[in-house]
Amino acid sequence: MNRFDVAIIGGGLAGCSAAFHLSKRGASVALLERGRCGAQASGVNFGGVRRQGRHPAELGIAQRSHALWKDLARLIGTDGEFRTTGHLKLARSPDEMADLEAYRETARTFDLELELLDTKSLRARYPYLGQAAQGGSFCPGDGQANPRIVAPAFSRAARALGATVLENTEVVHGRRDDGDFRLELASGQNIRARRLLNMAGAWGARIAAWFGDIVQEGVMAPNMCVTEPLPQFIGPALGVCGGDVYIRQVPQGSVIFGAGYGLADRDRVFARPLADVTAAGARLAVSIIPRLADALLVRTWTGIEGTMPDGIPVMGPSPSTEGLFHAFGFTGHGFQLGPAAGAVMAELALDGETPTEIGALAFTRFNRSSTATRTGC
Amino acid sequence: MVEARIVIIGAGPAGMKAALSLVEAGHRPVVIDEAQRSGGQVYRRPSPAAERSPRALYGFEAARAQRLHQGFDAIADFIDYYPETLIWNAEGRTLDLLYNGQNQRIAWSHLILATGAMDRIIPVSGWTLPGAYTLGAAQIALKAQAVGIGQSVVFFGTGPLLYLVAYQYAKAGITVKAVLDVSAFRQSVVALPQLLTGGRTFAKGLFFLAWLRARRIPVLRGITPVEIVAGTDQAVAGITIRTAGGKLRHFDCSGVGFGYGLRSETQIADLLELEFAFEHNHRQWLPVSDDNGRASTCGVYLAGDGAGILGADAAELTGRRAALVLRFDLGETELAAEIDTLSARLNAMRPFRHALDHVAFAFPERLARNVPDDVIICRCEGLRAANIRQMARDTEEIDLNRIKAFTRLGMGRCQGRVCVAAATAVLAGAATDMSSTGRYRCQAPVKPVPLRAFLGGCDEQV
Ligand SMILES: Cc1cc2nc3c(=O)[nH]c(=O)nc-3n(C[C@H](O)[C@H](O)[C@H](O)COP(=O)(O)OP(=O)(O)OC[C@H]3O[C@@H](n4cnc5c(N)ncnc54)[C@H](O)[C@@H]3O)c2cc1C
Repeated sequence: MNRFDVAIIGGGLAGCSAAFHLSKRGASVALLERGRCGAQASGVNFGGVRRQGRHPAELGIAQRSHALWKDLARLIGTDGEFRTTGHLKLARSPDEMADLEAYRETARTFDLELELLDTKSLRARYPYLGQAAQGGSFCPGDGQANPRIVAPAFSRAARALGATVLENTEVVHGRRDDGDFRLELASGQNIRARRLLNMAGAWGARIAAWFGDIVQEGVMAPNMCVTEPLPQFIGPALGVCGGDVYIRQVPQGSVIFGAGYGLADRDRVFARPLADVTAAGARLAVSIIPRLADALLVRTWTGIEGTMPDGIPVMGPSPSTEGLFHAFGFTGHGFQLGPAAGAVMAELALDGETPTEIGALAFTRFNRSSTATRTGC
Repeated sequence: MVEARIVIIGAGPAGMKAALSLVEAGHRPVVIDEAQRSGGQVYRRPSPAAERSPRALYGFEAARAQRLHQGFDAIADFIDYYPETLIWNAEGRTLDLLYNGQNQRIAWSHLILATGAMDRIIPVSGWTLPGAYTLGAAQIALKAQAVGIGQSVVFFGTGPLLYLVAYQYAKAGITVKAVLDVSAFRQSVVALPQLLTGGRTFAKGLFFLAWLRARRIPVLRGITPVEIVAGTDQAVAGITIRTAGGKLRHFDCSGVGFGYGLRSETQIADLLELEFAFEHNHRQWLPVSDDNGRASTCGVYLAGDGAGILGADAAELTGRRAALVLRFDLGETELAAEIDTLSARLNAMRPFRHALDHVAFAFPERLARNVPDDVIICRCEGLRAANIRQMARDTEEIDLNRIKAFTRLGMGRCQGRVCVAAATAVLAGAATDMSSTGRYRCQAPVKPVPLRAFLGGCDEQV
């Protein structure tokens, strides 16, 4: 039987980064992934890497992730096509402009360097924007990356440092006895580990429940669309107040936009975009950038993402089981957080604590009533 | 709520025949096709401006084509026919269409998939030059627009279409410099006993060959294409090949047409979430069906080349059979005997088809797997065979969807329709089992759709 210092369930970006950070510190690690590393939410998301607009509870870890994103090439041998194009959040009404101003105040301690733009300076700087956009808030350090390559690169880097990466390996049950975690695999084999990290994305709550940690995790499938390549013209990644549409142009020229939700079936591990959602999304995208009306849509897709009732993930120790730590339910914005989520979980597993402020993400918050709302992509 | 309809996708021989058989029984099917006019690939009708005699258009098949066209025209008032309509998505029991530039939706109760096939290509140096076309595209240019792909042309590859297209071009008065077949003559000899069962179809093949030879058009067998050569204008100026004897030979020409048989178009079947299986015979993933063409989803029927390549004559039979099975499922149980007869006739056609596609004109597996490193595989993304091989080595992957994720393979306008078959062979490399590269999943839209199509407000029903 195989025994490891730490076992990780889930080879998304968060889990792969945890495997990397643990291996870097010399721990023996097993990363257990049902399919392929980074093939679920982490590999198919929009690719927005932004801090602007996040819930204050996430900003500490988002800042830490930001530093890791900038250092990616040195850490894992690829920059993941991360570009600091900036993130421009648009207001479509005076009320929304007031929200952007208020957010700048909220985030002041976090050094996001937010720059507010009135209608005139917005038009001057981004002449391609339609009439719908009346103002904006620009975060120069935010950006975008290629989700398809980042998590697999973390898993390769972890493997190179000695991690045992087991793909096509589903964990069907787990329990803790004699101070060890025993994980039963679909193949019938078992894995033993002293610590367990539950980083199973939309399937995280299920794994938590094996240990008596009960929380409702929902599921969502952001509907994504991409056009044929166009000459570069957009610049920053674009979002809007309310989060109902987001747009970016990738280095190869295609414009990606997301809006609305497709279908996700967590049991079948199956998701698909929906045509009427695509149609509505196209209308929203064109309202932001009118010239997109003449672009050709070449592909649509979606992925399966876990959602928490209050819109922010669970991160931290299990309330019931010593040695078990959870990080799941990123609710549509965990791509940016992924690298730091792995670093933090590695610290929790090895040191029992982390310098990063994650208290507000604790599992135990669900024992109290919570009123925070979702923050969108 | 608009009533769900019987919908036929594709107005080629399979779809046309299915429509006829449904109208016979008093049904009013919806027929949807991307092309301007009915006929499909093989019996394509020219745009009205380029109208010619059936004899000029379809040669030996003139009578058959005319019969089909006349039959289909005669039921015009009894069907709802939507030409120039792209089905870009299928979802549950609805289809999303691009019709008159607008996005529309239609609900179906029964669906006959007769989506046809497209050319299978093996990339060769220079295949992306202006003046290089697939055999199918070369044929379309001639049939629909009455123009050729060049003043003087060379056709290469393999398969019955190679000879047919060469014949059609020569007949239309275009200079055919050479017909270059990668299959060796001896393959045809080996296949002869089965080929003879093809009767009329086989005879036609022999005729084309004899006709081309009689006109002193060089027909070379057992060749290996080396390079499509560019002229100073960066367009096709010729082709270099290696003969069966190993010598390099060059032919000057201003256009080349090439292809290596056909592959089924299965995107809509994929979006319908039908069950698929890898068919080694057809070298591709195909929707599975029962013995009578019923797909894995109730109410969906498969017909024509979209369900596996069997050719035009078989397409008519599977088209009719799909309609009869549908009618049977609606209660016309007395059709059982006729359905059995059709299935038996179809089965009798298989040995000939097998001899044709797997012996006489067998797909040149070695050529496909060993495309030279510097040849472009995915033209939309500018990926060469070396890029794909390198990524496969670096990541220890041969899974198509992973290689796609890492390299952008097939992420351009064609969405992999042209390049994925070629990439599959390159990735499979030395592996014996092609299916080990996994199945490349189709994502809507089936073909590009302008965003403008969605601006019309609430999407209407057809
Ligand atoms: C379409 C879409 C667009 C998005 N856009 C953005 C964006 O622009 N910016 C942003 O920051 N975030 C975005 N997100 C969210 C982001 O992608 C996710 O929050 C993040 O990738 C979650 O990472 P993860 O590692 O927790 O989960 P996942 O990537 O889902 O990884 C979890 C892994 O666990 C595995 N697993 C589950 N159960 C088991 C088991 N029993 N045994 C073994 N393995 C198991 C799964 O197979 C999966 O690979 C988007 C998400 C989607 C779906």
